[in-house]
Amino acid sequence: MTSVPANAIGHAHGHAGGMELGKFIRMYVFSLDHKIIGLQFLFSTLLWFLVGGLLALGIRWQLAWPWSDMPVIGRMLFSGEGGQIAPEFYTTLFTMHATVMIFFVIIPILAGAFGNYLIPLMIGADDMAFPTLNMLSYWFMWPAFFCIGSSFFMPGNGAGSGWTSYPPLSVVQDAAPSSGLSQTMWLLGVTFVGVSSMMGSVNYMTTIIQMRAPGMTMFRLPLTIWAMFITAILQAFALPVLTAAGFMQVTDRLINTGFFLPEGLIVNNSAAASGGGQPLLWQHLFWFYSHPAVYIMILPAMGMVSDIMSCFARKPIFGYKPMVYSISGIAGLGFIVWGHHMFVSGMQPLLGMAFMVSTMMIALPSAVKVFNWLGTIWGGRLTFNTPMLFALSFVSMFVIGGLSGIFMAATPVDIFIHDTYYIVAHFHYVLFGGTAMAVFGAIYFWFPKMFGRMMNDSLGKVHFFLTFVFLNGTFYLMHVLGAVGFPRRLADPYDYKIFEHLQPVNQFITICAIGMVASQALFAFNFFHSMFFGERAGRNPWKANTLEWMAPSPPGHGNFDFQPIIYRGPYEYGSPEVATDYYPQTQPPPPGVKAKPSSGH
Amino acid sequence: MGRFWSLLFLSVPILGTLAFVLAIAGVGPFRDHWLPENVNDYGGVIDQLFMFILYLTGVIFIGTGVALFWFMWKYDAEKNAKPAVYMHGSHALEIVWSVLPAATLLFIAIYQMNAWADQKMRRPVAEAGPDGIEGTEDDVLQAPIVEVTGRQFEWRIRYAGKDNVIGTPDDVHGVNDLHLPVNEDVVIQIKSMDVLHSFFLPHVRVKQDVVPGMKQFVWFHGNKSGIYDIVCAELCGWGHYKMRGKMTLESREKFDAWLAEQYAEQERSGFQPKTGADEND
Repeated sequence: MTSVPANAIGHAHGHAGGMELGKFIRMYVFSLDHKIIGLQFLFSTLLWFLVGGLLALGIRWQLAWPWSDMPVIGRMLFSGEGGQIAPEFYTTLFTMHATVMIFFVIIPILAGAFGNYLIPLMIGADDMAFPTLNMLSYWFMWPAFFCIGSSFFMPGNGAGSGWTSYPPLSVVQDAAPSSGLSQTMWLLGVTFVGVSSMMGSVNYMTTIIQMRAPGMTMFRLPLTIWAMFITAILQAFALPVLTAAGFMQVTDRLINTGFFLPEGLIVNNSAAASGGGQPLLWQHLFWFYSHPAVYIMILPAMGMVSDIMSCFARKPIFGYKPMVYSISGIAGLGFIVWGHHMFVSGMQPLLGMAFMVSTMMIALPSAVKVFNWLGTIWGGRLTFNTPMLFALSFVSMFVIGGLSGIFMAATPVDIFIHDTYYIVAHFHYVLFGGTAMAVFGAIYFWFPKMFGRMMNDSLGKVHFFLTFVFLNGTFYLMHVLGAVGFPRRLADPYDYKIFEHLQPVNQFITICAIGMVASQALFAFNFFHSMFFGERAGRNPWKANTLEWMAPSPPGHGNFDFQPIIYRGPYEYGSPEVATDYYPQTQPPPPGVKAKPSSGH
Repeated sequence: MGRFWSLLFLSVPILGTLAFVLAIAGVGPFRDHWLPENVNDYGGVIDQLFMFILYLTGVIFIGTGVALFWFMWKYDAEKNAKPAVYMHGSHALEIVWSVLPAATLLFIAIYQMNAWADQKMRRPVAEAGPDGIEGTEDDVLQAPIVEVTGRQFEWRIRYAGKDNVIGTPDDVHGVNDLHLPVNEDVVIQIKSMDVLHSFFLPHVRVKQDVVPGMKQFVWFHGNKSGIYDIVCAELCGWGHYKMRGKMTLESREKFDAWLAEQYAEQERSGFQPKTGADEND
């Protein structure tokens, strides 16, 4: 395409001082353009990231100074309790922190924001296969936002049975104040997120299979796209189970079907309305989705980190195919490890043994990936700019999160550390130290493409430094707490004799957490300031190889102003065939050099 | 700046290892910030496995952390004029770093199976069955001495009493105050009346979720008298944090005397417990 139509950012202003409302809505609100939809996801999820972070601070406040008045905002939020966090609200805090972070931030920012933005650009397509479906996948997030957001103002003030929503607590309305209407809204909200993700997955799979530019074989795809592709498959196969389980819980709650309630249940001195079911059934169905979901929350980050690292090491990715196979291996094994969430749940212990073996083995592809990342920077020419620092920190933090997983995989050890802060440390190292750091890196990396301007690198480095230091201050000592047996989800653990001396560590953690959230102000400032005043980027500011950098920044509607033809893989940095240290996928080989046959057949 | 960033990344394995070393040694502010004292003869294996995995993962943690630092330090473009090495990987290395971790992981998996079976599948045996050989299928398993039922937000306790059967009129009832004899195998039957709870005894390394509709057993062999915490480790509602119990391990004589006293007290007060196999029938 040679013309750049009006849908592109920067061409937004029509003649005579503005455009018609209808046109504006079609372009920016109900847009069919994958880039606008990606940005819509990005802005929504970043906003929810802030909400999730503040909810986390509520949890940290309570753990550091239980039952004390929260300064300034306590009076506004909890006027009924005189500025304190009530124990039932504490359960809402950790439930909603996890719900928001998982369903409104991590999953949609990876697949929704980056998947949408990058897939067509990196494979050389002009848009997604199903643009309308794509638009719907974003707009189905809004009912979810509404359900979860409004539940804070409903009886019970938000769901409070954990993001895992285990019955009978979540099903029996007498069991907790928050198990009333709030819980139904929670289930509906999560279902809407599921519908949105499903629409996205179908679209991503079809687009990647069908719409690659000429010459873009599967084994010339950047690892980001491989990761998005496999993530989409995971989503598509795991989500129906969660959706079905969600509906079963809704019917248990509303019309007493009793899928998850055993016979003879007496809660809060009154008999439950139905029975004959099994509480463990929910756990199996829930984790059958939610364990693969853990990989949905990390694989795209791994892909993006690989692309960033190869670019700033100026070196091909080490072991491209082993990287692809290990992503596939993680995805495959990811379907048969869900039982490791249930080692002490009452599940048959023999089954626990089988799940223990599969869980141990899933550490293998992760280890292979780490070694390949190390191989990638070995012998390179490293540039330590903000995206690269975040990408390197992903490796450093993911190693911690990966290794601590082995403790939990070991069933006898899990008996002691299950549901303690050891697991809290583990998944925060993977999800914050890993995914969130990768997402920051990805934002700094692709920002110039999204907005045509650079983010400030010095400010970015300060942001990186503070986040990195505070993140470790916050999460590292949680391992130590877990080793004492310090349990999760307790509003006031210090009445136990065994835990009473742990308050100072928790205060240290809380101070670091406050520092970590506060440091994000630098990021927010950098983001919005650079959007309007950043240095102009040009098409390829990082001298990268992949296709998106061949398009204008930002790309217009239809993405490319030429027909991309792909001659080679995405990581040909330092190739001897050319004088430059990069060799874009679309650059024809110099005369006399025969194009390498694609290895993808 | 490359030097600065390399050192920042080096601080991860250094400070990370230091924190664990201080916690294990229990020095200064880290006093009692490690695995609590284990008073269960069968619990030591859990601690040993924990430490074994810690040493193993510690080596990998330090190894990868130092490698990351060293590559950052050495291949910093500002300090290193050499062009980047143009290579796409190494088949031999991929084999090495796939096979070695695979073997290690498989070893850990198999190595711990027995410990798991001991904790959760091999309930202590009271006597050999008709065939006279212990360890065969007809063994008579040790009967539970007490039943603990989770309920929002307390642990209801019911001792089998003199007849050693739970659900008979001589049962002794209590709440949150669990007494058990030390220096012998004890089997506890655990249940829930309402929602999920988790019966967590940190000092004897016992944790088991209690599930309404399911009857389960846990066991241990206490080896030190004292008063220990009973923790609820599975979210059970707004009062989850206050679902505390205490467990007193004491000599058999003291335990028997205590139980008799409780029974006498119960008789005096005219308490009429419901009998039957299940309290909430």
